[in-house]
Amino acid sequence: MRLDFDLAKPIYMQIVDEVKRCIVRGELGPGEKMLSQREMAQSLKVNPNTVQRAYQEMERLELVETLRGEGTFVKNDVMLVKKLREEMASETLHSFLREMASLGFSESEVVQMVSESLGNGGSREYAGGEANA
Amino acid sequence: MHDAQVIVKACSLSKHYGSIKALDGLDFEIRRGVILGLLGPNGSGKTTLLKAMCGMVRPTSGEVTLFGQKPSHSTKELVAYLPEIDYLYPWMSAAETVQFVSGFFRDWSAERAQQLMEQLEIPARTKVRDLSRGLRARLKLVLALAREVPLVLLDEPLSGIDISSRAKIIRAIVGEYRTGEQTIVLSTHQVQESESIFEEVMFLRSGKIVLSDQAEHLRQQHNCSIQDMWEKVYDR
Repeated sequence: MRLDFDLAKPIYMQIVDEVKRCIVRGELGPGEKMLSQREMAQSLKVNPNTVQRAYQEMERLELVETLRGEGTFVKNDVMLVKKLREEMASETLHSFLREMASLGFSESEVVQMVSESLGNGGSREYAGGEANA
Repeated sequence: MHDAQVIVKACSLSKHYGSIKALDGLDFEIRRGVILGLLGPNGSGKTTLLKAMCGMVRPTSGEVTLFGQKPSHSTKELVAYLPEIDYLYPWMSAAETVQFVSGFFRDWSAERAQQLMEQLEIPARTKVRDLSRGLRARLKLVLALAREVPLVLLDEPLSGIDISSRAKIIRAIVGEYRTGEQTIVLSTHQVQESESIFEEVMFLRSGKIVLSDQAEHLRQQHNCSIQDMWEKVYDR
């Protein structure tokens, strides 16, 4: 896991979001063991208490579970990827729609622009999931 | 009563050098288990404050207590201090330096020292005089972190050294820090690379505390990094 933090936002939330993305992309599979908190703190150069907070948050969100003495594992739940995908897609979609509305575009204009964009060979450009951002 | 969760407490702590107020009536508490960034430009009082905590500077008025006691011989056993100045003997090798310093401390962990020497890639047989600035800074860090103490004070461990040494030093601090037990106070005037390791930050200006808060709280409240806060605090 590599992360360039936006230091203007809480770091623990960025760790949670990155783990979610890793799960959606399949880089972390169901039941897979996570880095220990210490390893993650060292590799990200982040305060171990911040990492601990991120792990607690992920447990609360039921993304991961910690087994005493064994470590932390991604929840062994086949529905997790589906759920996260939908959740993240909906967040992205809503923030896009909010932004377009704030720029003064009507719903029909947005629909038209999206379909034109996808129709003009855009679908190929955006296909394949994760673009190399 | 002494609160076990508060390990350092300052009450109206002042230190004057003639007419200069290096510390000007500080009141603060440091909780057990945090990594605190002590921030401020040169001359803001960071070094004087760290020295007051380890008993090398006597307050002009007010007091600071460690674990409920005034700094003294008995608190020295509880505190590891990395001074900013270069105090190593140039004619010793890195390994000899470690060996020499280990003799002063009952709480020295030879195993930790060895691990840190390897992790920080310090050539054991090279004389201190032949080590680069970055390597000397790393060696000083080994000397501070090899002790098994509840409070570690690091005065500008990142200043004036190369980027790769800074990254290694930050990794070593994060790796050696024992969550929940150990408290680390790290002073710096270069906050950019170190801010992600701070749980709390304290900004000093002219011997006074201008801002003191949890790092994540500042990010959440103000949507800005500690570096941005620094600019707001000092550059206007």
